[in-house]
Amino acid sequence: MMASSIASNHEIAPEVNFAYLDERTKRMIRRAILKAVAIPGYQVPFGSREMPLPYGWGTGGIQVTASVIGPADTLKVIDQGSDDTVNAVNIRRFFERTAGVNTTTRTHEATLIQTRHRIPEKPLVEGQIIVFQVPVPEPMQRLEPRETETRTLHGLAEYGLMHVKLYEDIARYGHIATTYDYPVLVNHRYIMSPSPNPKFDNPKMHMNPALQLFGAGREKRIYAVPPYTAVESLAFEDHPFEIQKWDTVCARCGSTESFLDEIITDDSGGRMHVCSDSDYCQSRIDLQPEK
Amino acid sequence: MTLSAHNLTKPLLRVANICKSYGSRMALHDASFDLWPGEVMAVVGESGSGKTTLLNAIAGRNKPDSGLVEFLIQENQLQNIYDMPQAQQRLLARTEWGYVHQNSADGLRMDVSAGANVGERLMGLGERNYEKIRQTAEEWLKRVEIDPARIDDTPRTFSGGMRQRLQIARNLVTQPRLVFMDEPTSGLDVSVQARLLDLLRQLTRQMHLAVVIVTHDLAVARLLAHRMMVMQRGAVIETGLTDQVLDDPQHPYTQLLVSSVLQP
Repeated sequence: MMASSIASNHEIAPEVNFAYLDERTKRMIRRAILKAVAIPGYQVPFGSREMPLPYGWGTGGIQVTASVIGPADTLKVIDQGSDDTVNAVNIRRFFERTAGVNTTTRTHEATLIQTRHRIPEKPLVEGQIIVFQVPVPEPMQRLEPRETETRTLHGLAEYGLMHVKLYEDIARYGHIATTYDYPVLVNHRYIMSPSPNPKFDNPKMHMNPALQLFGAGREKRIYAVPPYTAVESLAFEDHPFEIQKWDTVCARCGSTESFLDEIITDDSGGRMHVCSDSDYCQSRIDLQPEK
Repeated sequence: MTLSAHNLTKPLLRVANICKSYGSRMALHDASFDLWPGEVMAVVGESGSGKTTLLNAIAGRNKPDSGLVEFLIQENQLQNIYDMPQAQQRLLARTEWGYVHQNSADGLRMDVSAGANVGERLMGLGERNYEKIRQTAEEWLKRVEIDPARIDDTPRTFSGGMRQRLQIARNLVTQPRLVFMDEPTSGLDVSVQARLLDLLRQLTRQMHLAVVIVTHDLAVARLLAHRMMVMQRGAVIETGLTDQVLDDPQHPYTQLLVSSVLQP
């Protein structure tokens, strides 16, 4: 029998507007989100506001969440798959205090999920929204740093450059060496950075029933993948896209299907592999018979 | 597409009365010519004569103030390249045209392997088979006389002559119909120059390329070009068959140019 893990009845900070941002800012961000949803994978510039934490700590994701969250929402916040890391805890508390919303660690109980660098293992359903924190929204940034050029390349769908990078990897390493932030083609049109998720998570983005929103606060861009949209990882015909595999299972729940983190357990090199998604791991443990 | 010379009524490239000024300075005045498939035309003149302005105007890189530049996009249809949508012009520049820069670093990706440099246009056109791209790149490296074992080396490790040859391979891989060259042999020593010119001669003939080559070196013009245009201070002062212009120059400036060529 599982106890409900939804926390509620928080003290809302009285001097702050609901979810911290003023209503006009939320409207501006929602307009950007609508544009982003209308053009899947296209980066929409927006007026990123000053937030109570510096760039690089999720300001883009927080602004997107703050603009779409309502009093009836249940929020889950994860960082590298886990609900209990420092950043996830602080962002969750931020919304508890400024919006007074219910929060949860269970993926299936959340209506809104903000995440850094992972997609939950449990498949999302229609009606859920997942918000990604993005450091660098431009997938070609390292190859072509000039935004004036990349704008034209995106506009004319001239993506030869992305494939040059993949070709180089194969020529140098024998295989495509990118393991995270692996570029994808969205709706057969725009190439997008899926945020620094491990490539393991890329297949989850394809035809996902949930709405996927991406916020980059420092770079001031928002983009989106609407529900049931094609998201294909770039590859060559003779070097197809492959996700990571481990030759071990989760040491806590025994999963063979989830993304595993390697944890060093002692100073003599002892290590164990554990599910990155803490909720997924815990749910599996809860279902197992008591030892 | 192949264009048989027999049923051609329109030239591959038609340039009509193009002018370009920078403020009060007239950089290019009233230049016109037609170019047909397989024809190599040299534009010669001293520094500042307007040769590069002309080249960039006809290559779509620098819109002239007046006049027309038209390219034969399909059989018997000339289109003004500056009236085309940007997407079409860029596609043309990547498929039907080539542009060989004077400084090879401007025409190459220096930090990416030779194979990727040659294969980039193919990847841009949707080629998604790694082995095919690599094979095509190897063939082209052989064709421009670069050791195919260097396919994974970056152009930074290549000599000047090799970089120029790589630039040529990068441009020719999509079998363009028209190639623009801006002083491709400058900065190379004589033997390397000779090798490059020989290669260019072979390739233009094998691939039936139309070429506009800007050069200040009359020997290059004599070796490669069927026709020649002499420019001075932005104006075209003489045109004609290369042999004709070099052996029987009419304009005093051309006579001066021809007579100042150093004889070894």
